[in-house]
Amino acid sequence: MRVRIYFAAILVTLVMAACNKSVSDRTADLPALKPTSLDLNAGSWKPVLLTRPDTFAVAAPAATNSPAYLADLFEIKAYQKNLSGGDMDKIKYWSAGGVLRWNEIMRSLVAKYNVPPYQNADGTYPAPNSANPFAYPLFPFSNPPYAGRAYAYVSAAQYDALVACWYYKKLYNRSAPYVVDSTVKALVPRTALPSYPSEAAVLAGVTAEMMKLLFPDEIASIQQKLQEHELCAIKAGVATRAEITAGEALGRQVAILFTARGRGDNAGKAIGTPTDWAGLVATTHATGQVPWFSLEAPARPPMLPLFGKVKAFLFDSATAVSLRPGPPPLTGSDQMKAETIEAHNFIVNASREHLRIVQFWADGVGTYTPGGHWNAIAAEDFITKNFSEVRWARNLALLNMAIMDAGIVCWDTKYHYFNPRPTQLDPAIKTLTGIPNFPAYISGHSTFSGAASSVLGHIIPDRAGAYDAMAQEASNSRMWGGIHYRTDCAVGLTVGRNIGNYAIQRATKDGAE
Amino acid sequence: MNFRNFITPALPAALMLFLLHPVRLRAQTDEDAIMMIKNNFCVGGVYSHGSWKNYWEGTFKRNNQNIGTVSTQMFGLMGTYGVSDKLNILVNAPYVTTHATAGTLHGMHGVQDLSLWVKWLALEKNIGKGTLSLYALGGGSLPLTNYIADFLPLSIGLHSRTLSGRIIADYQQGNFFVTASATYTWRDNIKIDRTSYYTTEEHLTNEVEMPDMGALNFRAGYRGDRGIAELVFSKMKTLGGFDIRKNDMPFPSNKMNATMGGAHFKYNFKAVAGLSLIGGADYTLTGRNVGQSTMFDAGVFYILDFSHKAKKAKNSKQSAKSN
Repeated sequence: MRVRIYFAAILVTLVMAACNKSVSDRTADLPALKPTSLDLNAGSWKPVLLTRPDTFAVAAPAATNSPAYLADLFEIKAYQKNLSGGDMDKIKYWSAGGVLRWNEIMRSLVAKYNVPPYQNADGTYPAPNSANPFAYPLFPFSNPPYAGRAYAYVSAAQYDALVACWYYKKLYNRSAPYVVDSTVKALVPRTALPSYPSEAAVLAGVTAEMMKLLFPDEIASIQQKLQEHELCAIKAGVATRAEITAGEALGRQVAILFTARGRGDNAGKAIGTPTDWAGLVATTHATGQVPWFSLEAPARPPMLPLFGKVKAFLFDSATAVSLRPGPPPLTGSDQMKAETIEAHNFIVNASREHLRIVQFWADGVGTYTPGGHWNAIAAEDFITKNFSEVRWARNLALLNMAIMDAGIVCWDTKYHYFNPRPTQLDPAIKTLTGIPNFPAYISGHSTFSGAASSVLGHIIPDRAGAYDAMAQEASNSRMWGGIHYRTDCAVGLTVGRNIGNYAIQRATKDGAE
Repeated sequence: MNFRNFITPALPAALMLFLLHPVRLRAQTDEDAIMMIKNNFCVGGVYSHGSWKNYWEGTFKRNNQNIGTVSTQMFGLMGTYGVSDKLNILVNAPYVTTHATAGTLHGMHGVQDLSLWVKWLALEKNIGKGTLSLYALGGGSLPLTNYIADFLPLSIGLHSRTLSGRIIADYQQGNFFVTASATYTWRDNIKIDRTSYYTTEEHLTNEVEMPDMGALNFRAGYRGDRGIAELVFSKMKTLGGFDIRKNDMPFPSNKMNATMGGAHFKYNFKAVAGLSLIGGADYTLTGRNVGQSTMFDAGVFYILDFSHKAKKAKNSKQSAKSN
């Protein structure tokens, strides 16, 4: 009898399990964002590119007794009469935080476009072309440096746009529609934050406009997200049509500052030319060192060899060069031999725990890259901190500018020394993750992680030790996977932390602390 | 005709559908129309080797100089027990190694999944000059170790728990037979070591929804007291899943489909009652998100008789032969 009951229970469990396989995201069911502080003075925080918070004018809103304002209220009420379950789901989704949701969307775009082009029949490789982004290979190939830059531009632009937004919110001090008219329902938590211009529309507008530079194939799909985000703000009773219109216009204007900077920041030339590629080999030969070569077949041109020349956000180009570390061990040295042997030892009979760590931090093809991984880590902790939207944006801007600039210094170092991977020196080293198609010294993961962990440790000091441990683990994972020497990882972490300090310096002076 | 009493090796195959490896450890028992008699236990070992150079990225067929030829070897330990003449239990646990001849990726190895099938001879009826039999099978598989699923194409398996149902129909006339079977496999979600992954959209979780699978299998040939020689045609289809994008990495929940053809044999030794050899080869004719595998396998089986009526069983074997 008992056996039968057990059997029935197992069967029922299995059937139930069979019926429900759908998987949901960790952040799918978040509560609405309820900021601990509204940061009403954020209009005085120091922007990244804007010289003043009111560089772009936002006209005063229409009076609350004007026909235009009343018509806007009618629109909200009309929507609120007929809200479907789907509408409520979308309102709930966006209410968790606009900066969070747009950051998640950014990470998904990076993952989507992070696929290296397939070779031509003659063994050469086509390059994505921003002038013809829909032709294969799609533009962009959002590899780690490209992704780091994309995260930085979007986060910094969102931050500047919200600083301007907060400036006008305080200036005009317009109450939310549900405050002005008590028959307008608040479908998200009520706040005292002025609603003109709408921060949702500012975020949507600034992000959508940035797509023209960063992910031009996605302009249409992001426009749909923009409309969804804006409409949710109206349906939720937190913004009127006029507040949305003003917000989106402000966001787009701020974005144009950033897209203009992006078109001139040298990233477009980072891929280099065949002459540049050959020059790297010749220069390294001249120093008596073994030059890097591609371990892909057919041999692929090195990834973004001139990315080191991209204009950083946190320091000038001379400082970027000064952040470059000294040389790696000579390729013929005993130390290099010992580190190659060490890399080999790691891949022989790797423990399951090492394999887990290598996979956890792999962040390779088809992923949101190491920069995205740190955004995910940051976002999940920020959720617990109940930051205002503008503080969310500021913190992600600091994080992502550090990540982008870490990419610049790391890539500069990689192509300055053009140091081979362990497998190039010892082909017996079969790796536990894919070998990236660029030189070894210094480790990109280590540099990104050193920078990201130090910035996050400043933002959430009680987690600083945890972030350090994560960065150390990310760094080790590349050594344990057989794709880096110990020196690449150790020096990468140090350089990354130095870059993180520039973001921390900025953070202490931007008015937000 | 009591063909179910033929001495038979048990090669119960878990649904071993590796990505890029439409290799199943070719079975003779969980897919064929043969039963162990009561209280007999058949134990054996099988070696299987599958390799491919070309594969399908979605529907795009290509090779890849960064992996060269990928091979999978399996060493399977198997057993079949006759609970009764009409009810058999089959178990299987393989050790698997993978290797790529080019590029830099490290091969994997380890003990893969335990599979178990219960096989029931539901109906046996003389029709015309032959015998029709129908079988119903239920089975499942369970990963035995914490191997990595998310390292395709070099993972040793997909690490999904599965439950399967199968119906087999067989018609034998004289020494010639045809068998058809259909299988549905429910696959449990898996957990990977990453906290996010991209399919056709980004997923912020380490859990991967595994689509179910369906399979059809047809076999025909000679089946006599000295053994079996048969041609096999099989088709497997993932009911859902997504295509590998151009030059992207494969993923456990890809839509893995394959059509395979092959020839298998089994030889029962005369000198040593209960000892048999099996062998065979299969080739992947068409596929989607899998490698175009060529597979060979060979195995040896021996039947242990735990029946107290050993003599009677032997007699029954004799009578089977005389049919």
